[in-house]
Amino acid sequence: MTSADITHSEKNTPDVKQDFAPLLSALLADNALYEPSASGELVYRCQLDKLFTTLTILKSNVDLDFAQLSDLTAVDYPDRLQRFELVYQLLSISNNQRVRILCAVDEGQIVPSVTGFFKSAEWSEREVWDMYGLFFSDHPDLRRLLTDYGFEGHPLRKDFPLTGYVEVRYDDIEKRVAYQPVQLTQEYRDFDFLSPWEGDQELVHSTLNAEEEKDTMLKQDGDA
Amino acid sequence: MGVIPTHLDRPIPPGETQDKILNAVADEITNRGFVIASADKLFNWARSGSLWPMTFGLACCAVEMMHSAASRYDMDRYGMLFRPSPRQSDVMIVAGTLTNKMAPALRRVYDQMPEPRWVLSMGSCANGGGYYHYSYAVVRGCDRIVPVDVYVPGCPPTAEALIYGLLQLQKKIRRTETIARR
Repeated sequence: MTSADITHSEKNTPDVKQDFAPLLSALLADNALYEPSASGELVYRCQLDKLFTTLTILKSNVDLDFAQLSDLTAVDYPDRLQRFELVYQLLSISNNQRVRILCAVDEGQIVPSVTGFFKSAEWSEREVWDMYGLFFSDHPDLRRLLTDYGFEGHPLRKDFPLTGYVEVRYDDIEKRVAYQPVQLTQEYRDFDFLSPWEGDQELVHSTLNAEEEKDTMLKQDGDA
Repeated sequence: MGVIPTHLDRPIPPGETQDKILNAVADEITNRGFVIASADKLFNWARSGSLWPMTFGLACCAVEMMHSAASRYDMDRYGMLFRPSPRQSDVMIVAGTLTNKMAPALRRVYDQMPEPRWVLSMGSCANGGGYYHYSYAVVRGCDRIVPVDVYVPGCPPTAEALIYGLLQLQKKIRRTETIARR
């Protein structure tokens, strides 16, 4: 924890997070490491083989009592050696504390399911499977959650094309909704330039100057 | 036999002309016991005056659809009552984003509606995918799944816009030849 973080938190409401951190760090010592975050939240990172133990401790320890898994999701970082990062958001109602557990996972690695002690993980894990293709072992019913029946691919992976691979139309001869490869009348236009408020200031100024020059030239033409 | 001129397509407003026609019709009934009218127009009058929409709300457009049915705009005035079953409906309002997963269900509901039936596509998403046009999960226009009669633009269209669309549909029905072979 840096001094900047402490001053930041002192400005806000009385901060109980800081008092809670040493206890948490001590109890998780062998399994997860504290990771400083800009907003001073409790974030811990653990290895995949320690994930199950970490979450078990958080849930079953009486002093911690993180009884609720408020969210479970993943992030895709294609550049990293271990491509995905699992994110578990836990809430302890009795302590009024939240903690985030991060865990790096590579494609094809099997993640232990926590549905045994967090019921809410059932759909979240299905969603992570659907969107990222991460497999959870011992999940009671690991089907896709959101996408179409028979959907192929995992849409929130960075290498999944925005428009997908198939589209639907009604086939009047076969009298059913049929799938066909995507055909776009106009390609998706990606306006990938810097915002004039945040981007390259010199470029912004030169553009503005050019516009001004154009205006003055037009004016001169008009005068002449 | 008295022939009452009914070449007018629009309703005749209350007044002298309307009274004259109504009196003539009453006379025909008392004298002969029947009237002759254009069956086409009678059917169309009945159909356009009791358009029962299927409740098929898919997204935020459905909220505007509810507004148009509630007391302020009151679709009941036009004889439009929302039905919970496709088998009792004449018109389907596709109100919202149609996803690939929903498309077979939409088609099935459409197939269950009895003829004659109409479809009104409400909002940008139903018209052509709208905001989600380039999404991997959304149908780029509900006309790829069902034939559409009226498109109402907007995101979402206001309740007035939807009612205007429904009145356009009434107009379309009125100029359809129900009996003539096409």
